[in-house]
Amino acid sequence: MEGWVALYIFMLAAFTGIEIIARVPAILHTPLMSGSNFIHGIVLVGAMVILGMATTTTEIVVGFVAVFLAAGNVVGGYVVTDRMLEMFKSSGQKKE
Amino acid sequence: MTGFINFIVPAAYFTAAVMFIYGLKAMSSPVTARRGIIWSGVAMAVAVLVTFMHPKVGGNYALIVLAIGLGGVAAWISARKVAMTDMPQMIALYNGMGGGAAAAIAAVELLKRSSGEVQMDNVTVVLAVLGGIIGAIAFSGSLIAFGKLQGWIRKSWRFSGQQALNLVIFLATLALGALLMMTESSPMVLLAFFGLALVMGVLMTVPIGGADMPVVISLYNALTGLAVGFEGYVLQNPAMMIAGIVVGAAGSLLTQLMAKSMNRSLGNVLFAGFGKADEDSAGIEVSGEMKSIDATDASIQLAYAEKVIIIPGYGLAVAQAQHKLWELTELLQHRGVKVSFAIHPVAGRMPGHMNVLLAEAGVPYDLIFDLEDINAQFPTTDVALVIGANDVVNPAARKDTASPIYGMPILDVDKAKNCIVIKRGQGTGFSGIENLLFFEDNTRMLYGDAQKVAQALISGVKSLGE
Repeated sequence: MEGWVALYIFMLAAFTGIEIIARVPAILHTPLMSGSNFIHGIVLVGAMVILGMATTTTEIVVGFVAVFLAAGNVVGGYVVTDRMLEMFKSSGQKKE
Repeated sequence: MTGFINFIVPAAYFTAAVMFIYGLKAMSSPVTARRGIIWSGVAMAVAVLVTFMHPKVGGNYALIVLAIGLGGVAAWISARKVAMTDMPQMIALYNGMGGGAAAAIAAVELLKRSSGEVQMDNVTVVLAVLGGIIGAIAFSGSLIAFGKLQGWIRKSWRFSGQQALNLVIFLATLALGALLMMTESSPMVLLAFFGLALVMGVLMTVPIGGADMPVVISLYNALTGLAVGFEGYVLQNPAMMIAGIVVGAAGSLLTQLMAKSMNRSLGNVLFAGFGKADEDSAGIEVSGEMKSIDATDASIQLAYAEKVIIIPGYGLAVAQAQHKLWELTELLQHRGVKVSFAIHPVAGRMPGHMNVLLAEAGVPYDLIFDLEDINAQFPTTDVALVIGANDVVNPAARKDTASPIYGMPILDVDKAKNCIVIKRGQGTGFSGIENLLFFEDNTRMLYGDAQKVAQALISGVKSLGE
């Protein structure tokens, strides 16, 4: 990928991120931080590629650590966010 | 088969990127939020499964599965077990893990470059190094933040020349990074580079006090996003680039919003300690005295009020009184009292944390109001019930220009007709600032543990009958 193309992707992604957050009520700040924390867990995909390509012992050890950490990010981020959001109910929903 | 894989892997990544953005968007409204995280979860699962077919993954499958299993199970157990009050530090912990993973990716790629195994163009090597620094700082910094909120690290280390030392270490890290960019450096340089970046994260975080931690956690969340985005370019993975930068940008904005609601700039949070100002300002004279009230009288006031606003703070969560509080609310509602909850942006341990704690107790989110939406209502409110909150209701923020919290937006509780403050003792709050509200004529102090007091109020209201 050419550097300029990457710059365009970065620029558009940054605007998207700002646009999504800009009008969020404070009530959702914590779940949203937690949700975005989960989404950068996509680093797991990269960590898997690194470990999958690893040949030397150092590469395997560091790659293993990377996958381990990234998996923690993904699973922990998901469970915590889901537990929080599960609890948000309006008065209408509560009365069933 | 190869043709199929060459299509399906990028196609799955593309779909994942779309669903992440859509999911995050859905998470920005309480009605659709749950859907948002589930979609993002499905996208993540698909992306991970497809990666097993990634053309570059040539082996070590068992190790990959083992590492995912270990990391996943550890995180699963800890995330299920943790109490809602401790949520902020868990977010810090999982975020730190992501930052560490990004740094580890950078380490392996740069290591391959130094052994001549791969060639990198200028853009790639610059982004690899930057992602490495940022990821390592987010990793060690988040771990310290976790330790602090968990109560494992109690002290905030400050010493003279600390900022000078931080600057030196930061410049040294950058210098080593530049060296890595320009030459195919030895593994020793690489090791020193990551070592310094990790130290940098620790030094940045140790002086920061508990109240500022959420802002810092949010900052590290944004940093991890950036690191993931940069390493995504190194690995030529657009899904990582997009998801990482979206989080980086959204997280930066969220960090600024948080700092702003505490009336601080981000620089102020990072480089100045909280409460530094009170040493050089005497503050205005406190006049009047605190008047107390007992639970019986307080419940009569509440039960015969038309409109009650409850202002919960972190003290409520610590006492685990949110369930009792909701029980009290239902009793009052049953009597026809209009009850709402007012939440200051920084109530709890991070913005929105108090909403989560109230939601846990079953309080519907449409009874909960933000500062801007409810402040105009206090003058027509019969009773404002402050429970476990302190600085966020201190009128000093409006009146006392010398106060460290002067200018911070507060809930105008003092404007209500009556104000009842539930508090454990007579001391000052978290920040050590005297609260002028407690000395107002219309304020009554109700001393005791939040949970016990709430129970006493419940019995008090019940004894009044229908």
